[in-house]
Amino acid sequence: MTDSPKTTSTTPKGISRRGALTGLAAGVGAASLPMWARYTHAQTAAPIKIGFQIHRTGIGAAYGRWYGRTTDAAVKVINDAGGINGRMVEIVAEDDGTDPRRGAEVVEKFANQHGCDVGFGTLFSHVVIGSAPRAGELKLPYFVVSEGHHVASGMLNRYTLQPGITDVKSQVQAMAPYVANNLGKKVTMIFPDFAFGHDHRDYFSAAIEAQGGEVLAQIAIPPAETSFTKYFPKIPRDTEVLYHVMVGPAVLTFVKELGEFFGPSRPEMFGFIDSLEAVDIASPGLEFLEGTYMWEGMCREAQPDATEHAAFYRAALGVDARGASISDPTDVSTYGHMFGCWETLHVIKAGMEASGYAGPDDRTKLIEAVEAMSEMPESQAHPQGAKLFNGKTHQVFGHQNISRVENGRLVRVHRTSIEDTLYPDEVDYTTQSF
Amino acid sequence: MELGPYLLLATLEGAVMASVLALTAVGLSLVFGVMRVVNIAHGEFYMLGAVFAWYIAHWMGGHPALGFAVALVVAPLVVGAIAVAADMTILKRVSYDPERTIVATIGLLYIIQQLTLMGYGPEARPVAPPFNTRLALPWFEFKDGALSMYWPWGLSTTSYKLAVIGAAIVVLLGVWAMMARTRIGLLMRATQQDRDMAQAFGIPVERVYALVFGIGAGLAALAAVLIVPIQQAHYLMGADPLLLAFIVVIIGGLGSLPGTVVAAILIGLSDGIISVFFSPTLAKILATLLVALVLVFRPQGLFGARRS
Repeated sequence: MTDSPKTTSTTPKGISRRGALTGLAAGVGAASLPMWARYTHAQTAAPIKIGFQIHRTGIGAAYGRWYGRTTDAAVKVINDAGGINGRMVEIVAEDDGTDPRRGAEVVEKFANQHGCDVGFGTLFSHVVIGSAPRAGELKLPYFVVSEGHHVASGMLNRYTLQPGITDVKSQVQAMAPYVANNLGKKVTMIFPDFAFGHDHRDYFSAAIEAQGGEVLAQIAIPPAETSFTKYFPKIPRDTEVLYHVMVGPAVLTFVKELGEFFGPSRPEMFGFIDSLEAVDIASPGLEFLEGTYMWEGMCREAQPDATEHAAFYRAALGVDARGASISDPTDVSTYGHMFGCWETLHVIKAGMEASGYAGPDDRTKLIEAVEAMSEMPESQAHPQGAKLFNGKTHQVFGHQNISRVENGRLVRVHRTSIEDTLYPDEVDYTTQSF
Repeated sequence: MELGPYLLLATLEGAVMASVLALTAVGLSLVFGVMRVVNIAHGEFYMLGAVFAWYIAHWMGGHPALGFAVALVVAPLVVGAIAVAADMTILKRVSYDPERTIVATIGLLYIIQQLTLMGYGPEARPVAPPFNTRLALPWFEFKDGALSMYWPWGLSTTSYKLAVIGAAIVVLLGVWAMMARTRIGLLMRATQQDRDMAQAFGIPVERVYALVFGIGAGLAALAAVLIVPIQQAHYLMGADPLLLAFIVVIIGGLGSLPGTVVAAILIGLSDGIISVFFSPTLAKILATLLVALVLVFRPQGLFGARRS
């Protein structure tokens, strides 16, 4: 034996199974701790500070990347035109890790540390639901770009608004007639098992039944799942239409395994572009999507009848005609959703200008000014199309698109009217006190 | 879907999972068996394998099979080299003390994960499979008194998934042969049984340790290279295999290779079948319950030898 203390000859104490397990538990516990937050110093409030809650990491990272680019592009356009009320806009971006608990902490940092005027940007519904109560308590106007029905359902509070993107309830309600009349009436649904997917489950089932159709099976998949074939045998044989909407880092696997499962004999398919956001539709293994239908908030591929505003928006983002980054054609955007950031920032600008917003003391005036909005015509501020804002429910309504995959491209085959998406109010936030 | 085809499909899915799990868990088991180190960072070596596979396939270009073949060789070697470096610079410095190595490997987990996030980014990126043909599978039924063959809807697998199962079997046989038939295997077994005695007999224990840590990480990386054409390379993908590998290793018996393989097949297949018929959550619940039962009734694991 050696006498050097630095050798490895220290006999390990017999590690017991219990010791190993305790260590494992500690390890797994520690692994789930959030990273220590990085604090930055508050600055003087000369520019208007918009706290941007961004999904930089976690299951929403692909969206976060493009929500970030869209936000930067919109802020550049706004600042180049003189900012808001003569003040420049400054984005304070904080990663929420696509995690509700972290989301609430980020909102706190916006209000207490960064001195932000408003909070903005969140997509994933569980993060919105986790963060909105804190925004309400801190009296921070919180503009979400989430699609969830939780704003209009009355679940949240007067400080939470969704003026830049339509909600799932109105989207699926507008899709159901097209699905029932063109694809089939016996539908099987596959959706992620959290609030956003549950909105699809509840409101599409109701909408398709109103069209005389029926939902044969509802297959919920955990959003962090990585392997999907095991779920597909639950699809009933007599399914005419497979309705799919999936999120998370494994969406490409989901769609590929769907194709491998069906092979040449697939039913009609209607999907939400969520299943393919940030994924190249011409990826190997996705050939079976040919002839299937997709909902798109805004068409990823430049359509022949695109307006000048849509073209301006696409150019400002640096996105090519197929919806990928001009600098890297393999970097496909989340085009179907990210317009919501652009439009929301322009609504914030319009609201601040209408209310003469000068600082955090005017936050309630800003909310009242946005609540007073109604028609939003198609313009550079609203490149996706005209919108109708409901000040009582804090939710915007707009046109929806249905595209069909033809020769590996998404070609729009239907655009709904705004009226198709309307439903009776479920809440009146304006009666709540600030 | 009828019960028979349904069961076959579930079994095939489970077999793919079991293969990858077996490779990952054997690496973990080897490290624990020989070094008595509980490697919390094992899942991150798995993730690194997938990430390197993506980089290699991306840089190589050309036919997918070319990049994949290179990745299959290079990624485990690179990850193994990183693990060897980690062993020599970190684990050796804490004298392989059981408690301190756990804390050290937790640190390693964070360092690897966050460096990957900084360099590779949060995206999930695909690697094209070298070959991937959908194979529809037939099923049999009695029709008019005679056995006839038909092709049920959805009953299929892909040539690549079958290749994963085959590759895993080959690698596992290779690991067994290395342990049982080679000189380095002999040295590892000697170190496992009694390191002081091994060192007294002139076995370079430190080098054996570094090698074992490297091989363990390399096996995890190899499993990830095999799975990455089915799933995608993502910086958080190490968490699930880590947990499942620990479940497998505890059920099979820490340090026992045959036990690890049997437990991987058990957990992989039951996960496939239970999640097809009931729910994936139930499959995880049952696996965890099985761990609890094994710990209560057979604490050394199904195949583990009770140590004095």
